[in-house]
Amino acid sequence: MSTATVPADSLWDRVRGYTPSSRYYPVLATLALFLGLFAVGGVRYEGFADPQVLLSLLIDNAFLIVLAVGMTFVILTGGIDLSVGSVVALSTMIAARTLEMGWSPYLSIAAVLTTGILFGLLMGLLIHYFDIQPFIATLAGLFLARGLTFLISVESISIKDATFTEFAFKTVRFGDYYLRWTAIVALLVVAVGAYVLARTRFGRTVYAIGGSESSAMLMGLRVAFTKVGVYVISGFCAALGGLLFSFYILSGNSLHAVGTELDAIAAVVIGGTLLTGGRGYVVGSLLGVLVLGLIRVLISFDGTLSSYWVRIITGALLLAFVLVQRFATRRQR
Amino acid sequence: MPETLSPARRALRHPLLWPVLALAVLLVVNVIATPTFLNIRIQDGHLYGNLVDIVRNSAPVLLIALGMTLVIATRGIDLSVGAIAAIAAAVACTRIVAAGDEAALSTAVMAVTYAVVVCVLLGAWNGFLVSVAGIQPIIATLILMVAGRGISMAITDGQITTVNNPYFSDLASGYVLTLPVAFILALAVFALTALLTRRTALGMLIEAVGINPEASRLAGVRARTIIWTVYAFSGFCAGVAGLVIAANTNSVNANSLGLWIELDAILAVVIGGTSLAGGRFSLTGTLVGALFIATLARTIPNIGIPSEANYLFKAVVVIAVCLLQSPRARALLRVRRRGPVVPVLAKGTAA
Repeated sequence: MSTATVPADSLWDRVRGYTPSSRYYPVLATLALFLGLFAVGGVRYEGFADPQVLLSLLIDNAFLIVLAVGMTFVILTGGIDLSVGSVVALSTMIAARTLEMGWSPYLSIAAVLTTGILFGLLMGLLIHYFDIQPFIATLAGLFLARGLTFLISVESISIKDATFTEFAFKTVRFGDYYLRWTAIVALLVVAVGAYVLARTRFGRTVYAIGGSESSAMLMGLRVAFTKVGVYVISGFCAALGGLLFSFYILSGNSLHAVGTELDAIAAVVIGGTLLTGGRGYVVGSLLGVLVLGLIRVLISFDGTLSSYWVRIITGALLLAFVLVQRFATRRQR
Repeated sequence: MPETLSPARRALRHPLLWPVLALAVLLVVNVIATPTFLNIRIQDGHLYGNLVDIVRNSAPVLLIALGMTLVIATRGIDLSVGAIAAIAAAVACTRIVAAGDEAALSTAVMAVTYAVVVCVLLGAWNGFLVSVAGIQPIIATLILMVAGRGISMAITDGQITTVNNPYFSDLASGYVLTLPVAFILALAVFALTALLTRRTALGMLIEAVGINPEASRLAGVRARTIIWTVYAFSGFCAGVAGLVIAANTNSVNANSLGLWIELDAILAVVIGGTSLAGGRFSLTGTLVGALFIATLARTIPNIGIPSEANYLFKAVVVIAVCLLQSPRARALLRVRRRGPVVPVLAKGTAA
């Protein structure tokens, strides 16, 4: 762009001469990976290149998208949140149990979201004010949430509430294609997350803390508020993700979502967010989730590969992205 | 300073005081709930009783925690141990099933050797990522944590593989000299580790790497080799633990074997007083920590709470231990210590 000497560029010139900022390379790599996988699927399997496959991808992974948005905030500050999978399970259980007890569905939703926020707040306070490593504090959160879930009920409780089932199956139609409301909620969360990170003071502070916490402190940024805030956001997102999951699966079970925190972390990393913090985008995490989801769909379309290949491929992708990140950041120093 | 303290005060300052006290409190709670809890009887030449069960059940966590202690001492962490344990079990069980004579001693030895070698290699892979590629330990081991269960399922082809080999199942349920083999195995690894780290310079070198890898490298310590070695050792420990768990049920379920055991192991290490910031470690502390976790798992059903609530108590223990280690919480405590009720307050926060 700097070579453009003609003041009145035509639109075509600007499009042709556009080079994306190097900040966007990781996200673009993930986008390319996603499109590549989709193209491979479209060529190899009949019925794969249907737009509904993409929409179903959003529907099936709605809760994971929400989790990944929350996780992105935490990882951008250089932290990690291991508790999200357990909070999802706790959310489904609270929703199922309170509905069973005859609570109004809205009250039940409010209870779930409040629990998530409280969990995030507790972990954020432990991490910031007592200098406990994020890893170990959220590990305590993992145990706490899973334990509470078991305490509420060891058995699975199904959700029969009319409002919940109505919301779960409500669809938006675009001609022949449809999207469920849960997916739209997830996309809204992505939009809000992207806006907060890019356009608000809070978002700027998140990046600053990830870059260097002590510098952020010396600059007079609100480090304490922001650092606790990201865990509250992650807790909220985990609870919201749990609600979406309970809409999807319509039951509360203490063994729901075991290991989901790993999927969320993997999606964020594959989306190009630096695990040491300071760099990354929510949109990348959305793409990360979609890549993982697409791999799952590809394997189910193939039929000869077993489902455990998802995990192995996820691990391999994680390795590739981490190594590339590592060498890219090393070169810049 | 230490020589001016009276023996009683020195005992109070001993880092193992709180873990041992916590373990003792748990045992007392058990005895109050069930007066016969500590009874041990001899039957068929073996010891039987709750205490024997506790030491046997503590073996897998203890094994993994030993490897984890050294990894944490280098300021690292190994999240992949649960997945490695599942891989070890899968390798051993499929080997035994595939062998010509399923029940032979040679089959068991061959399978166990095979599994342990694979695990050492996997541990070395973690070490390679951490020391050569320079990836943060938590991320480097996360990769194998994610992929490991998939690999384990690929080995067993997604099936629950059941084996029938008396020598292999002796790993978990056998007895030597009236004591469970699993615990003796864990104790042997413990003794070997203690010998290697405390009777040679290795322990000091590990701590040096944990305090400052760069400074220790400049001082002539081969930091890379040491980091590599501790991860390989952690892989070895995880593998042996996986074999013990598999031998206990004579089967391997790649999905659930060793699930969350990495968290238990880290918890055992933290309870034992090893700092997560690296630089110092206590193997005896880890032993007490592992026994504490096994006792806790036994205590909860014993006092009439559903055993699933175990997680809740673990969470409370994690938070309590971390707060005790946190400088900020200690500072808060110290302000209050000026008051007259010194020991009561200090005890109250630990329990």
